[in-house]
Amino acid sequence: MLRTQTQLFLAFLRIGLFGFGGGPSMIPLVHQEVVKRHAWMDDEAFADVLAIGNTLPGPIATKMAGYIGYRVGGSLGALNAVIAVIGPIIVAMIALLSLYARHGDQRWVQGMGQGVVPVVMVMMAKLTWDFFTKSRASLGWLVTLVMGAVAGGLIYWLDVHPGLVIGAILIAALLRPEPHHTTRETDT
Amino acid sequence: MIYWQLFLAFFIPNIVGYGGGPAIIPLIENEVVGRYGWMSSQAFAETLALANALPSPIATKMAGYIGYDVAGVPGSLIATFATVAPSLLLMLVALGTLYRYRESVKVKSMSQWVRPVVMTLMAYLTWRFLDQGLDTAGILHTAIIGGIAGVLLLATRVHPAFVVCFGLVYGALLLG
Repeated sequence: MLRTQTQLFLAFLRIGLFGFGGGPSMIPLVHQEVVKRHAWMDDEAFADVLAIGNTLPGPIATKMAGYIGYRVGGSLGALNAVIAVIGPIIVAMIALLSLYARHGDQRWVQGMGQGVVPVVMVMMAKLTWDFFTKSRASLGWLVTLVMGAVAGGLIYWLDVHPGLVIGAILIAALLRPEPHHTTRETDT
Repeated sequence: MIYWQLFLAFFIPNIVGYGGGPAIIPLIENEVVGRYGWMSSQAFAETLALANALPSPIATKMAGYIGYDVAGVPGSLIATFATVAPSLLLMLVALGTLYRYRESVKVKSMSQWVRPVVMTLMAYLTWRFLDQGLDTAGILHTAIIGGIAGVLLLATRVHPAFVVCFGLVYGALLLG
């Protein structure tokens, strides 16, 4: 019992500490710990959990941690795995930014804050481009740009909450008739 | 009251945030900077830069820190809970149902259809950061930092953490 919880904690601690690049890039690490090192699941079950996790919103890494933790060690295991994967880094974030805020009146510290804004701008531009290319691949460039422009008009001109716009699209996607040829999974 | 607002500010972006961590960033900015005004654009950019340089999921790091900044340790716990718990609980409770729909075309089209909206939100946020950069660092430094960061991020395999460090060092030496 205690041994399992310790293993869970250490496994997801490693995943959290070495998972650079956000949630999706952590999946191979989760696979390494959960399937290869500890054999808590086989490949097929892991693929299913990943696919199910992807049908839900929210960060994927914590869904994986919570679900696998629950399967291995019950409710305590779920809590344990989620804390291990995000806790230490959140504490590090708070510590680093508090330190930064404490020296906020120094000119060179203010310079650091200013110097980092253009970097974040470029990162955001790259993400925008990534989402455009992914969307173009599935919807085509015209649909992508029209949908993007309409959403932008609603959100920034008419002041509609972006959550409402996305929520409406999600409901529309759920309510649309499902094409038959691609649904072999639900037929069986 | 502040705790309830914190909960909502992170619950809403995460419940509509299809497409993984990065898709949630502009939605969180909308709540934290735009709606509630807890943070300036500048502070949000700094938080995002640090979050990009550290490991583990981006949405939970943002929630954990912003929650702390707004309302201390309880705030941090509530914001993180709002980020992690709803979809995790849904996953644990409705696993059987979700299992049947894991290959569903509808479910796949959900994330596909949301992408153009997220793209627009991100483009807007890019523009906000550009505006912020021009405002504080000026056009010359923004162009130099942005240009070098762009080359590093797009043309080389340098880790984003080092690109953030470059921005910090440049700022400390030349903008201070």
